[in-house]
Amino acid sequence: MDLGPHAAFIVASYAVFTLVLVSLTAWLFYDGARQKRLLEDLEAKGARRRSRETEGTK
Amino acid sequence: MMQKQSITQKLANPTRFMALSGTLLPWLAGIAVILIAYGLYRGWTAPPDYQQGETIRIMYIHVPSAWLGMMGYALIAVSSFGLLVFRHPLADVSAKAAAPIGAAFTMLALVTGSLWGKPMWGTYWVWDARLTSVLLLFFLYLGLIALRTSIEDESLASKLTAVLALVGVVILPFIKISVEGLSIPWLGLEIPAWNTLHQPSSVFRTDGPKIHASQLYPLLYSALGFTFLFFTLHMKGMRNEILRRRVKALRIAEVDRAREREAVAAAE
Amino acid sequence: MSPFFTLLRRDITLALREGGAIGTALGFYLIVIALLPLGLGPDLNLLSRIAPGLLWIALLLSALLSLGRMFETDFEDGSLELLAIGGMPLELVAAAKALAHWLTTGIPLALLAPVLGILLNLDIAAYGVLIATMLAGTPAISFIGAIGAALTLRARRGGLLLALLILPLYVPTLIYGISAISGALLATNAFWPSFLILSALSLGSLVLGPIAAAAALRIQMQ
Repeated sequence: MDLGPHAAFIVASYAVFTLVLVSLTAWLFYDGARQKRLLEDLEAKGARRRSRETEGTK
Repeated sequence: MMQKQSITQKLANPTRFMALSGTLLPWLAGIAVILIAYGLYRGWTAPPDYQQGETIRIMYIHVPSAWLGMMGYALIAVSSFGLLVFRHPLADVSAKAAAPIGAAFTMLALVTGSLWGKPMWGTYWVWDARLTSVLLLFFLYLGLIALRTSIEDESLASKLTAVLALVGVVILPFIKISVEGLSIPWLGLEIPAWNTLHQPSSVFRTDGPKIHASQLYPLLYSALGFTFLFFTLHMKGMRNEILRRRVKALRIAEVDRAREREAVAAAE
Repeated sequence: MSPFFTLLRRDITLALREGGAIGTALGFYLIVIALLPLGLGPDLNLLSRIAPGLLWIALLLSALLSLGRMFETDFEDGSLELLAIGGMPLELVAAAKALAHWLTTGIPLALLAPVLGILLNLDIAAYGVLIATMLAGTPAISFIGAIGAALTLRARRGGLLLALLILPLYVPTLIYGISAISGALLATNAFWPSFLILSALSLGSLVLGPIAAAAALRIQMQ
């Protein structure tokens, strides 16, 4: 595929765009997995919430 | 109205939100991928622009980025309003999760815009009215993130950031008008753009090229697809934030219990 | 309205008695303007062409210096809480403090600007316009700045954060302030539209600033 005289700029913009969005997605999934693991560890150790009222939010 | 109220009230429960978003997330992601793939496929198979040649391909990611940057700020403003006025428990989670995603898209609009500008204008950066107002939007995002991270108390940080977001959304139209100008012919209102005072407008076209149907439809599909991607990432971010708050609540409860045990032991 | 003026008089007296705040802002303004030709070169044509912009930007930065202290001492020694439970709405308290800031910082800086204009070879015809635009524009700096001062009261690195939050919000004031002066200098009819928009922005900030600052102060004191 011929991208004309400005091929480098087109490729670069798509590359930066993909890189940023992929790293953002990857970070979100990594963070989600980490929080889930922390929560499971705490629950396995027998930690309980004080009341059902404060669940989730504080 | 009544029904809408009850739906938002149902969603207010984080546990229910976790269950619902868990089922919804893969579908959102799937729709996003299909729409983006279709939009970009049609965009790349369309004939090149007669004026801009192949660089028009950058438009299919540049325009959605700029749109999502603005939509992200609107989403933060609405969430902030929900937090301050209705004290909706998920509103702050939503505002906090949207900020980095909106900032990322705003930054991408700047980067792709400048990479598009180099072949068109001859330099990476011109103080084009639109580019400048996107840059200022990016500064507003930075302010929101900086304020939230520099206040220790989380609930205090949430509310203060919400106030800043609402102030920002009130002033943002004035920033946009002062930079980009405003023209309402039927009112006889004509405010010139800021840069027309500084440089001749013939250097670059402020109105942009007219868009052809073979470019418009791919652009609409890709914009819709990236919007779905935004909401996928936003929902994921909200889920992470809810989990983070649960972990924090559990840790605090643990510390409290340990302290109680110590107190009992000391009393004996 | 009497408690409003009592508070206003108290804040002005405090600012005058301290003296340091006003002196620091004026000194900073002088030094920044004096440094600019050293950095840009002594080309008088260039300097006179960009003088309105330089004077406005340096004025914004100088006014920022004293913004952070607007609520700080009263918040720390608890007098803000006393004011809050007193009869006066917190919006009026914030307005009085912002007004005191404008009277003790905005006006002195605006009056110093034409003197500094000499250093930048600003066209003598522009002096009246310069003072008029700065007096019309500086209330927005104090009243929008009050929001930032209230938001960053309990933040780490408050002063630096304040600049990051508030400077983008000054963009409309900056643009129309400079375009009013340029309009008058180029003898086009661009002065009045820009000047009127600038005044409208300041009037708008008189409403927005105290409301938002009071909302932030209430959250801070919870």
